[in-house]
Amino acid sequence: MATCGQGGRTSRRIGGIVLRAIVTLLMVAILNFILFRVIPGDPAGLLLDGSRSAVTSEQIEAQRERWGLDRPLIPDQVLDYLSATAKGDLGYSFKFRGQRVSDLLLDRLPATIALVGVAQIIAISAGVMLGIYAGWRRGGAVDTIATGGSLALYATPSFWLGMVLVVVFSTKLGWLPGYGAYSPGADTGSLAWLADYLRHLVLPASTVALGIMGQYVLVARAAMSDVVAEDYMVTARAKGLTSGQMLLRHAFRNAMLPVVTLVTLNLGYVVAGAITVETVFAWPGIGSLTVGALNARDYPVLQGVFLLLGTSIVFANLIADLAYGLLDPRVTQ
Amino acid sequence: MSEVFRSASGQLLAVDGLSVDYGLKGISSRALHEVSFDLQAGEAVALVGESGSGKTTTAMAIAGLLSTDARVTSGEVRYRGARLQIDDDAAMRPHRWTETAVVFQGAMNALNPVQRIAKQIAEPCMLNGMPREAAMTRAKELLELVGIPPDRGTAYPHQLSGGMRQRVMIAMALACRPSIIIGDEPTTALDVINQAQILKLLVELRSKFNLALLLITHDLSVVAETCDRVMIMYAGRIVEDGTVAEIFAAPKHPYTRLLIESIPNPAKRQRVLRPIPGDPPSLITRPPGCPFHTRCPSSMSICATQAPALESTGQRRVACHLHSSQMKSDGVLVHA
Repeated sequence: MATCGQGGRTSRRIGGIVLRAIVTLLMVAILNFILFRVIPGDPAGLLLDGSRSAVTSEQIEAQRERWGLDRPLIPDQVLDYLSATAKGDLGYSFKFRGQRVSDLLLDRLPATIALVGVAQIIAISAGVMLGIYAGWRRGGAVDTIATGGSLALYATPSFWLGMVLVVVFSTKLGWLPGYGAYSPGADTGSLAWLADYLRHLVLPASTVALGIMGQYVLVARAAMSDVVAEDYMVTARAKGLTSGQMLLRHAFRNAMLPVVTLVTLNLGYVVAGAITVETVFAWPGIGSLTVGALNARDYPVLQGVFLLLGTSIVFANLIADLAYGLLDPRVTQ
Repeated sequence: MSEVFRSASGQLLAVDGLSVDYGLKGISSRALHEVSFDLQAGEAVALVGESGSGKTTTAMAIAGLLSTDARVTSGEVRYRGARLQIDDDAAMRPHRWTETAVVFQGAMNALNPVQRIAKQIAEPCMLNGMPREAAMTRAKELLELVGIPPDRGTAYPHQLSGGMRQRVMIAMALACRPSIIIGDEPTTALDVINQAQILKLLVELRSKFNLALLLITHDLSVVAETCDRVMIMYAGRIVEDGTVAEIFAAPKHPYTRLLIESIPNPAKRQRVLRPIPGDPPSLITRPPGCPFHTRCPSSMSICATQAPALESTGQRRVACHLHSSQMKSDGVLVHA
């Protein structure tokens, strides 16, 4: 068996995956451009903000010319958009005058990554372990409780869960803050500030984690119960492996395949944030930026958010494809 | 076929009055009903029957691999004279693979799809304390033994053909030098050419390592080429037991006779298959009498009420009222 042939196949496969991701990204950008051109509203009019009666048509024309809106949509405007986007220029916000969309996004991104990232880590580690165990001991007490609980959590709207947590742990018990990301007046960067930030993070992160954990439990459990019924598990038992060895050496990796897909696809949403949860907790992330932009019809910001979301989903898919090749030798053929 | 000298000293495995029930939500069905037989060292025995006849349950019981919904209701299995705790996973573990190994249907999914084959072959050796390096060397030797180039050990199961995967299963079964190999339909999913090659390999390896082979199959034609003795199972019971020559030349039980007649014979230019009419009885309600009497062309009135015992004459055993000693002496052969 020629290893170089295998290596060639692998690099061809990776090349194909990356190329597909690039094409998808380009299509996401173009669709994003078209979407914001077909929805009603004239950017020049919006820029001059409500005071339309006082604005002469010459002034509007001047604005249109200044922003290139007088030129044809295709190809001039779309090419402008694509080349600016490639340079990282996402335009200026309507709502926050003079602020770059890219700056706004970068400003809000860390809070969202902290919130959803922490929530995902908790949900993945707890959910997958619970699901694997429930599937391994299907029909046991852990399985019954985990499956029932997961279904209930999965079905619960996260904004409602968030409000319940706020009422119980913040309003009634007063243990944790239920609003914002920091207490006012704290000195950023200090250890006290970090502790304060983490205290603020507990409730929203728990809400997001509980909301997505159910998915992981159910998928991991289903994957594991399929694996348990496989013939190679009987082979493993016949070979004299203990139950624990069977789980770790034969069942776990096979059961991980569908779980890894779900995990990496969900990573795409780390950036998109949890819009409803951020709104409930007034968490200063991408989610609340989106809601604010929607209310203010701040199209450039929305366009930037959509592009960010699309891009992160494409990247997550890319990682899922690559990870799958590492875990399952059948994929690389 | 070599005639194996049958004696208590040569006895490797004894199954004595074994009954196994499967219970599901309060409904229990009897998969095995007082099954008794023994296996001599180096002997090749076929266990033949249709789906649901209990042949796989018998094999799994011997290997201590019954599923959790199975219950041993009576009888025992002895290995070299010592009772096996076949329903105790932990107690069976040291016995597994080192004494009794199983060749599953490797062509299907019996190999782990995400593990290289050499590692899977080496695994039972390492479990029994062999260092990793030595176990991998052994895996390569075993691959060579079953006719696979040793450097294919880095392959994953999906990279091999069905026949090759079956060879891997056989190599794996030999890993810990067991005394008994159970072949659970080892050639069922293969084409005829591969089937013949795998059977030939099993026969060769059996004589080379003096293995006892218990071959589970529903295919009588496989039996003739591989085994010394054949046991016919029907509805969880052994209905006939004898040497391959005896059974094929003069089947005593009507079911055995019909099974043999149902094998298509090209020499006779026979155009129509001759299936056995009817279905096996329910294992849940277990109607009285001989389990085969509803399908039996020689059924008598007694067959519907009284189950025949498995009686032995020398090495030959048969459970049928037609051949029952009591019937013959009483002379009450009343045809229904």
